[in-house]
Amino acid sequence: MNLALADIRHRLGRFLMTCVGLGLLMGVALSMIGIYQGVVAEALALSRSLRADLWVVESGTRGPFAESSRLPGDVREMVARLPGVAAAGAITLRTAEMQAPQGVLRVQVMGYEPGRPGGPDAIASGRALGGARFEMVADARARLPVGATVLLGGDRYRVVGTTRGLVASGGDPLVFVTLRDSQELQFKLAPPAARRAQAAGTGGGGTDTVNAVIARLAPGADPAQVAETARRWKHLGALTDAEQSDLLTRSVVNRARVQLGMFTVVLLFVSAVIIALIIYTMTMDKLREIATLKLIGASDGTIVGLVLQQALLLGAAGYAAAVLIVFATRGFFPRTVALGPAEVAVMAGVIGAICVLGSLVSIRAALRIEPQQALGG
Amino acid sequence: MSGATAPLVQVEGIGRVFGAGETAVRALDGVDLSVGAGEVVGLKGPSGSGKSTLLNIIACILEPSAGRLLLGGETVWDGAWRVADLRRLRRERIGFIFQFHNLLPFLDATDNVALAMTLAGADVGTARARARDLLDYLQVGHRATAKPARLSGGEAQRVAIARALANRPRVILADEPTAALDSERARVVMDLLRQVAREQQAAILVVTHDEKIFDRFDRMVALRDGRLEAVA
Ligand SMILES: Nc1ncnc2c1ncn2[C@@H]1O[C@H](COP(=O)(O)OP(=O)(O)O)[C@@H](O)[C@H]1O
Ligand SMILES: [Mg+2]
Repeated sequence: MNLALADIRHRLGRFLMTCVGLGLLMGVALSMIGIYQGVVAEALALSRSLRADLWVVESGTRGPFAESSRLPGDVREMVARLPGVAAAGAITLRTAEMQAPQGVLRVQVMGYEPGRPGGPDAIASGRALGGARFEMVADARARLPVGATVLLGGDRYRVVGTTRGLVASGGDPLVFVTLRDSQELQFKLAPPAARRAQAAGTGGGGTDTVNAVIARLAPGADPAQVAETARRWKHLGALTDAEQSDLLTRSVVNRARVQLGMFTVVLLFVSAVIIALIIYTMTMDKLREIATLKLIGASDGTIVGLVLQQALLLGAAGYAAAVLIVFATRGFFPRTVALGPAEVAVMAGVIGAICVLGSLVSIRAALRIEPQQALGG
Repeated sequence: MSGATAPLVQVEGIGRVFGAGETAVRALDGVDLSVGAGEVVGLKGPSGSGKSTLLNIIACILEPSAGRLLLGGETVWDGAWRVADLRRLRRERIGFIFQFHNLLPFLDATDNVALAMTLAGADVGTARARARDLLDYLQVGHRATAKPARLSGGEAQRVAIARALANRPRVILADEPTAALDSERARVVMDLLRQVAREQQAAILVVTHDEKIFDRFDRMVALRDGRLEAVA
């Protein structure tokens, strides 16, 4: 005979309503943690998919994600000849709006040379880019099926393949086109004045401009050392993949991370206050019953057990609702909600601790109830 | 004085004052009373005369202001509580039938009775079996699975009596246990208490207004303005 359970069953409707409300609140906190994790995971997904050991960028910049970087196209050959470099590929990177069947879509367009580093590591459906013009590989987040056509910079592109989980730091899906297409796009999308200057050959650099060169190193080559060589002898900026990843998680998405982290803390704090209030109300609703228990000789342990078990049951049921809600709706979130068993378990521990702490005030109040309070009408 | 021969309940010069200063109420004043094993004593008196106060003091729910209280020959209060664990004493040695039945609303009749036993350490199976026996004995066995809200006043009162008897206490205190019962049932309850007093050698003190059952007591005492009066 469990008093906590019996009392909950006695007012089951009210308890379940409370749990659903609490579940929504904790669900928001849980999805915040998921989005937080998602931002970090997404920031790293692209650089991981490109399998770059070294990022060569414009000298003095930390591009191409954190800062803009422009390099002449022939830098690629220079990098490819550096000792320790196995392969090098030039890439361009820019945001653009394209006309998709479902409407205007903001994307991050990445240009690369098929066959050289710069393309996605894995294709989810369809195929990778061949050499043909106006082909596109789009991330699943763009919701473009293979075979779809889109308008980008006045040209009609055909989607030949899709990737999964490749988005820009702002959450925009990535699309891949050939370097040649992307360079043309760059020209078409440039402001008219810059375009005229570029066409006349006075704007510097011409149209063969790229944003970065990605290098894969030969086995045994030290990325830091190759980066140093590129910096010192070729007057280029160079970042190892570790530095780039660090940059991506620290500086590029830092604001979003801190923001989400703060929201999560605030939500957990609000949850804690609300849980404590609910437990207090639940306990005070049972004032007469608790006094009666004391009258018939229940020990303090029995009373503490009653309050604590109800607090934990409330937390457990509310959290179960939260997990159900988040996992049922995570596909509808605009950003990746990255939640694994570890996050769910850690959050369960946090909720458990909140429930125990939140019930302390109620336990104190319950222990102070005098048995006489049960007497009288 | 040895516990075996001493009266189970000994009240010596007990007084109780509620409040302080101008508004102080002297609810009990120098009350002496003892109830022996197997004895059923009736306590009457007008409303506000201190009957409930006296019962609550004997049940160790309320602290006296003066005097001495002994249960089973053991000093329980003389200026301060002399028993460390009052709730344990209550649960093991005192059966209390409250004026308002005070059943737990979330437990059915059986578990309300069984709880008193599990709190005292009985296992649930044994407790429930004895609870059902007690409910049968009190003729509410057919309501064993009903929650208190669905019981009539008389049924709830009999469940409460079953709970008071559950741990076979030596001291049974009842605050107007027959108030909610018709005279037929009131007599049944009183006969039952007499039987318990005889069989368990328990000391029973019953507050009552009910003249119809005055003949069921071994002895009647009366309270008036907090003072005990002998009754012819
Ligand atoms: N908790 C309390 N606080 C203040 N006064 C009380 C309290 N309990 C009882 N009294 C007072 O003590 C007197 C005796 O009350 P009570 O024992 O309940 O009488 P009875 O049960 O005989 O009707 C009354 O005057 C009552 O107002
Ligand atoms: Mg009274």
